[in-house]
Amino acid sequence: MIPAKFDYVAPESVADAIAALRSDSAEIKVLGGGQSLLPVLRMRLAAPTLLVDLGRIAELSGVSDDGDAIVIGAMTTHAEVAANALIAEHASVLSKTALTVADPQVRHRGTLGGSLVHADPAGDLPAPILALDAELVVAGAGGERTVSAADFFVDLFTTAVGEDEILTRIRVPKHTGWGSHYEKFNRVAQAWSIVGVAANVRTDGGTIAEAKIALTNMGSTAMRASAVEAALVGQPATDDAVRAAAASAADGTSPPSDADGDADYRRHLATVLTRRAVLAAAG
Amino acid sequence: MARINVTVDGVGYSDDVEPRTLLVQYLRDTVGKTGTVVGCDTSNCGACTVHLDGRSVKSCSVLAVQADGHEVTTIEGLADGDTLHPMQQAYHDNHALQCGYCTPGMIMQSIDLLNDNPSPSEQEVRDGLEGNLCRCTGYQNIVKAVLAAAQGGAS
Amino acid sequence: MTVTEERPTVEIGAPRKRKEDARLLTGRTRWTDNITLQGMLHIAMVRSPVAHGTITSISTDAAKAAPGVVAVLTAADLGDAQGGLPNAWQVAPDQKAPNHPSMAIDHVAFAGEVVAMVVARSSAEARDGAELVDVDYDYLPPALDLRDCAADKVLAHPDLGTNVSAHYEWHSADHGTGGDVEAAIAEARANGIVIEREYRQQRLIPAFMEPRSIVADPTGEQWTIWTSTQVPHFVRIFMALVTGIPESKLRVIAPDVGGGFGGKLQFTPEEVLTVLAAKHTGKPCKYTESRSESLMAAHHGRDQWQKLTLAANSDGIVTGLKVELLADMGAYLGLVSSAIPLLGAYMFNAIYKFGSYKFACTNVFTNKAWTDAYRGAGRPEATFAIERLMDELAAEVGVDPMEIRQKNWITHDEFPFRTVAGLDYDTGNYEAATDKAKQAFGYDELRTEQKRRRDAGDPVQLGIGISTYTEMCGLAPSRWLGSQGYIAGGWEHASIRMLPTGKVEVVTGTSPHGQGHETAWSQIVADRLGVAFEDVEVLHGDTQVAARGLDTYGSRSLSVGAMAVVAAADKVIEKAKPSAAHLLEADVGDIEWSGSQLRVKGTEEGKSLGEIAFAVLQSHNMPDGVEHSIDADATFDADTFSFPHGTHLCAVEVDTETGNVAIRKYVSVDDIGKVVNPLIVDGQVHGGIAQGVAQALFEEGVYDDSGTLVTGSFVDYLVPSAADLPTFDIDRTETPATTNALGVKGVGEAGTIASTPAVVNAIVDAVRHLGINDIAMPCSPQRVWSAIQSAGGAS
Repeated sequence: MIPAKFDYVAPESVADAIAALRSDSAEIKVLGGGQSLLPVLRMRLAAPTLLVDLGRIAELSGVSDDGDAIVIGAMTTHAEVAANALIAEHASVLSKTALTVADPQVRHRGTLGGSLVHADPAGDLPAPILALDAELVVAGAGGERTVSAADFFVDLFTTAVGEDEILTRIRVPKHTGWGSHYEKFNRVAQAWSIVGVAANVRTDGGTIAEAKIALTNMGSTAMRASAVEAALVGQPATDDAVRAAAASAADGTSPPSDADGDADYRRHLATVLTRRAVLAAAG
Repeated sequence: MARINVTVDGVGYSDDVEPRTLLVQYLRDTVGKTGTVVGCDTSNCGACTVHLDGRSVKSCSVLAVQADGHEVTTIEGLADGDTLHPMQQAYHDNHALQCGYCTPGMIMQSIDLLNDNPSPSEQEVRDGLEGNLCRCTGYQNIVKAVLAAAQGGAS
Repeated sequence: MTVTEERPTVEIGAPRKRKEDARLLTGRTRWTDNITLQGMLHIAMVRSPVAHGTITSISTDAAKAAPGVVAVLTAADLGDAQGGLPNAWQVAPDQKAPNHPSMAIDHVAFAGEVVAMVVARSSAEARDGAELVDVDYDYLPPALDLRDCAADKVLAHPDLGTNVSAHYEWHSADHGTGGDVEAAIAEARANGIVIEREYRQQRLIPAFMEPRSIVADPTGEQWTIWTSTQVPHFVRIFMALVTGIPESKLRVIAPDVGGGFGGKLQFTPEEVLTVLAAKHTGKPCKYTESRSESLMAAHHGRDQWQKLTLAANSDGIVTGLKVELLADMGAYLGLVSSAIPLLGAYMFNAIYKFGSYKFACTNVFTNKAWTDAYRGAGRPEATFAIERLMDELAAEVGVDPMEIRQKNWITHDEFPFRTVAGLDYDTGNYEAATDKAKQAFGYDELRTEQKRRRDAGDPVQLGIGISTYTEMCGLAPSRWLGSQGYIAGGWEHASIRMLPTGKVEVVTGTSPHGQGHETAWSQIVADRLGVAFEDVEVLHGDTQVAARGLDTYGSRSLSVGAMAVVAAADKVIEKAKPSAAHLLEADVGDIEWSGSQLRVKGTEEGKSLGEIAFAVLQSHNMPDGVEHSIDADATFDADTFSFPHGTHLCAVEVDTETGNVAIRKYVSVDDIGKVVNPLIVDGQVHGGIAQGVAQALFEEGVYDDSGTLVTGSFVDYLVPSAADLPTFDIDRTETPATTNALGVKGVGEAGTIASTPAVVNAIVDAVRHLGINDIAMPCSPQRVWSAIQSAGGAS
């Protein structure tokens, strides 16, 4: 319950934060909202020598309109994301997903950026970020670079963010008027997803015109269900048509087997939940 | 050691803490607010819930240094003298506690819930308490108490 | 046999809000971990990560050198002083048990066993030090699978030579309470129905919300030990026996205790070790476990394989039941580990009239945390088995499961009734409770809907589960306990002290930790002594205040503990009569109790007990021989158990596509006899049902192949939240017990005992038409879905 000792800095600018990350402390961890990191420290599953707290960098929080996209600061909390009107209007799948993360207290502290960089395969937020084709802005000593969502999630707990970089903001192209749903399946309310499906769908007169579907916990990272997306386009938003398209939801996935479910069960769940998510999004 | 300034239940405190000190440990061991308790080590139980700048947080999942310059309200800061906060009163009236160990966190989260949504449905109350575990009550009277407090205009 | 008294009551039956709440609502609480003493040191335990092995070396040098560390103690340092932990129940004459040191000496038998402790100035420094203790182990093969262990394929304690701790049997033919079960089975095989099933009672973890904590203060003439326990009186006695500290030098206090559910019915290694650390350092020491430690090393519950053979004639009248259990003791025997299955042995026949009955149980050691009491303790297992079997029998006969119960249950006009297991049920009315439950549930309408959905091939199927349970409450008559091999008695003690200001102190030997005794006992005493509810103060949980008592577990507090309170109250009245006679200038023989005063018969002239207490305080003018106190002590030892019963009905919706189970409706009608406080009773029922539902759907203590507890945190051990449970529609019938003065039966465990089979019966009922007759608990979505797949799918 008591973390091992560490040093702590709370820089007030991105530049200072990056400088701190480049200091010679043996093991440096970035503290975002802390909702994933502090449990790990409490259990002494990690023992960093230095924590760099991003909580005092004002520019990392908030949501703004940037023309064809909205920009979300990495330190914006899940609760703020869920309640934000801009996100609800232009990227509703993210609002809906943010509301399913953990519990209200965690959503008050946990941050979108922290959750994405943590990259837990059972974490919910990577899926909507993929289904929105978001771009992630990463700052390092050499300045900023932009990484597409598709390239951001590299592996289990691994992203494109380097050891001396921080994720500063997430740029989400507007999906105004798109229907969305996040179908989360878990055993108790605050448990991690066994499988989750984020559906982001544009319909045109009862026909599915575009579909972006992403899966949670069906592999080492969240992933797009490309076969389903292709099969949906041009189809009517009916149970039969969506069922047929969703049958390929598990194609190319490599889900884990654990106490909540084996891989076969997860593959099956992916098809059922994808159908439900798409129907809800298109409905 | 780091020096922090924190307001707890309306009183300002200035203390030196180790960076690794969790807010709940600071509250219990340094400030003496033992009304806030620890029930788990994985952020699941919610027993340690307090308000940080008016929003509910699990005080096991916040470092004391992160609370520097901020305001904390605990279960001990709710009642006005002998007059219970309406949520405390609703818990009492509806027998919403048995052993009472989850109660401080449960009440703090219940207040936050109504701050967010003053007229929740039963399901919204249940969902809003998903981060707080109780082993005694089956939650039935807790839900009833929160709904009663909402009716009575508790905030 | 006592007969329920008809006396006027004002408080008993009233929904009094609880006295306990004031401090709990405001955070002015006295949890053990809140106690801080000057100079107090903190303990961190070093626990074995290895399930089974031999300790080859322990290096403590680095820990000893760490900042703030005062002492690092291993078994070698403790030597013989640590003694061995007791088991208090011998279920068979040749019961075997390994030595159970508080700290492992050279052999570790489960992952989580303490191998060293670090004592430091702060809890953080103690934990830092514990990380520096380096222990090497030689691995031994862990004994994990209960059936393999019963066959001694791998030994949990090689020096014991076997994993079998005890085997015991009970057969109605030997006790004259029924026939020969093998004959009944043979007859049923030839001309009737035999149902054979094996059910798994999964391992559960009590998961009280307050982690255990101990403070031991050696300062002064007396030791004071605060501990988060259900059983302070047991802790005192066993602490004396194990450590050699005279019992008269030990004061044990259970301050505010945050839940127990049987999980704090224990005398623990951590309690002994905290005392030994305080003895070693001469300073007060505190140990507070983390949740992970609690889940790993506080005792677990259930964990049985049940092999069941039910014999019936072709009409579905049960003629015999044979029960063969394997019970996982885990690595050691705790206080009453060995007797948990025994407490269910007399309950498998439940509310039914069976012709014959045989019970056999084998207690088996494994390399897992030891099992012991968990809410219901033996009775939920028995109730689950028989209520599941009655559904299976109904399916075999082809009748509604309600009908099969009605065919077999004891009817209300057959009480008192001696069961095939030899217990005498005093009262009950299963028909009344069932009728009321069916009404509230809308049983017939739901059956109609079920048929409609089934016929339509709805992907979401409806299932209805019934549980018509009874239980034996009020552990326990001392003579019965003695006959079963228990070391202690089952009586309870109370004192009532009449204060001269008119206030009343009630000292109870029960040790509440959420049950509301302060409120309920106040109500009983207010009625009994004609005083105001507010004027009664209930004291408990401190062996210096409540010197005698046997604590709280087994739904005993009201039906045993409160009876001692009643007896003490009655003694107070009797004891006050000579003083009253003197004050009223009448003959003692002419003094009678009015309900609030001692009066001269036939007059309105009287004295309240407060007035008499004041008069005896003064004693300016009392006759010779009158005692200067009207306080009284009393004990109560029940003649028999009480037998609450009820009918629980559960409707579930099973999503056949995902295997998800949602409870749609839950109705209970419990008959717990007279009710002292309906608010408290409702709360007990709600919480009890929730725990039983959790066994059916969510919770399981799982070990991996190396003997590591996989469900070692609340991330994986799934205690449900408010969002995971429905509202329970609860009601009562009232058939008073005839075996105690208040007509009460007990309610602490009823909901847990009843609800698990109601839920699982409902799940199986929802998918029985697909060819499924069982799903192992907890009925997780994966398990339900897999069962449907194995049966050939939903359509």
